[in-house]
Amino acid sequence: MSTTGILEFLTIFVLAIFVGNEVVARVPSILHTPLMSGSNAIHGIVLVGAMIVMGTANGTGQLILGFFGVLLATLNIVGGFTVTDRMLEMFKAKPADKASAGEGSKGGGH
Amino acid sequence: MHGPTLTNWIDLIYLVTAVGFILALKGLSSPKQARNGNILAAVAATIAVVATFFNPDAQFHHKTTNLILTLVAMVLGAVIAVPVARKVKMTAMPQLVAIFNGVGGGAAALISITVFLQHSQLSAKPAVYVIAEGIIGLLIGCVSFSGSAIAFAKLQELMTGRPITYPGQQVINALVGLAIAVMAVLTVLTGSVTLMVITVALSLVLGIIFVLPIGGADVPVLISLLNSFTGLAVAASGFTLNNNLLIIAGTLVGASGIMLTQMMSKAMGRSLANVLFSAFGSVVTAGGGADGTGETRTVKSGTPEDIGVLLAYARKVVIVPGYGLAVAQAQHTARELADMLMERGVEVFYAIHPVAGRMPGHMNVLLAEANVPYDELKEMDDANAVMSTVDVALVVGANDTVNPAAKNTPGSPIFGMPIINADEAEHVVFLKRSMRPGFAGIDNDLLFNEKTTLLFGDAKDTLTKLVSSVNDA
Repeated sequence: MSTTGILEFLTIFVLAIFVGNEVVARVPSILHTPLMSGSNAIHGIVLVGAMIVMGTANGTGQLILGFFGVLLATLNIVGGFTVTDRMLEMFKAKPADKASAGEGSKGGGH
Repeated sequence: MHGPTLTNWIDLIYLVTAVGFILALKGLSSPKQARNGNILAAVAATIAVVATFFNPDAQFHHKTTNLILTLVAMVLGAVIAVPVARKVKMTAMPQLVAIFNGVGGGAAALISITVFLQHSQLSAKPAVYVIAEGIIGLLIGCVSFSGSAIAFAKLQELMTGRPITYPGQQVINALVGLAIAVMAVLTVLTGSVTLMVITVALSLVLGIIFVLPIGGADVPVLISLLNSFTGLAVAASGFTLNNNLLIIAGTLVGASGIMLTQMMSKAMGRSLANVLFSAFGSVVTAGGGADGTGETRTVKSGTPEDIGVLLAYARKVVIVPGYGLAVAQAQHTARELADMLMERGVEVFYAIHPVAGRMPGHMNVLLAEANVPYDELKEMDDANAVMSTVDVALVVGANDTVNPAAKNTPGSPIFGMPIINADEAEHVVFLKRSMRPGFAGIDNDLLFNEKTTLLFGDAKDTLTKLVSSVNDA
């Protein structure tokens, strides 16, 4: 990899910092926990890196390290997305439509 | 080179995945799109993982053993992760996020370690910056791994949630930090495996001693920070492997995680540095102890029947849920009480402090689980705007988030923290386990206020009693 290569990666890195800041700038506080959990799942994409390393591993030592790398990364990505979905499932279950239907029968509560 | 076309296709798929992640994060910022955003990210990630089996960088096509072991590790990981994530109680969510974050950091560290070992087998020494990228990834990954493990232990109550302090702590931490810096530089210069292993060990130690002095109430902020660290470690792995997807995804999480961490600290009225380095709880516990005068003041405690009548004949009731409600798993009972009051024509809403529960937004998740409709939840500012028209503020297992000292007592450690102004309601009812102060360890004047009534006990028990007394009223 030449020095030009690292500069390209640095460019992407710096641009991604700005995108990362921008996309979460207007998150309501009720979504802080799901957002943290969701971004936790997203960094589980480290699995791709762990797979590449595992594919190139030579010898028992590297295979063991690589195996645990893939295992831990899978826990991160699968667990992360599953738990985030569970959180958001609850948010979605009873929004406006069902709430207003329920409120109708109670009459002038408001 | 095994066909640049295939490499190009894989890179293109990775780009699509990266765009998917960005859109997913955007989706996660709006309640309506949040779930779709998460599903989008999961689909994008799956596509990238499948594509990686064909990635020439991974060389799976001529290493069958490696391929099989990879598949075994993935299946094993999924078989463990799905049931855990499905079955864990919603109140245990924060520690689950901590553990999933920690393993991600661990994976990033293992990648850097393995690549370092591969490089050390080569006859030609790689460029300094290549080793440096690996060492940075290894260092941050290890800190995130061991730090998350301690955060998990604190939240799971495997160890005390109180800050753990000892003499010379700051000095020791600084020395370990310095030792890591020296070792990292030496490792980069020499490429020595032994020095790399020492750097790994020291980084793991740093993660532990960095987290020990942080008290239970601050752990959520810490997890958010460690989440951001793992993102950066993943980005560093991306540099090591020359992989754009890891760089973009890791950096997105790193950058957005820092933002989120700052928002959380802000919600507590403190700076991030203050959360991390002040050993807040311990300092204040000392103050709380000296403040023994508080115990001689009188409080008014009521029976469930008294309070049931008060609630049943009120016009407007606000429920202020806190950590105690979460611990007692009382969110369903709280909703039952609210529903019963509403059937009687009482107007009921919930006032949610940004840091109620164990993480910002955690209380919203818990109440959503109990089927509390969105429109009954008011955020702090909206709740405060109508607080003076409220007849009864029912504070369930909250303390610091309604402590007027945050407004009135400039010397108080929580001075400046935004609070829910429960003291502006006509009556205040506290459901509390005991007179013990909250996480911040300071007395709450509101408990001694003459318009305040206390009902001691586990939040779930007391709420259940209130449900039946409202029923009888």
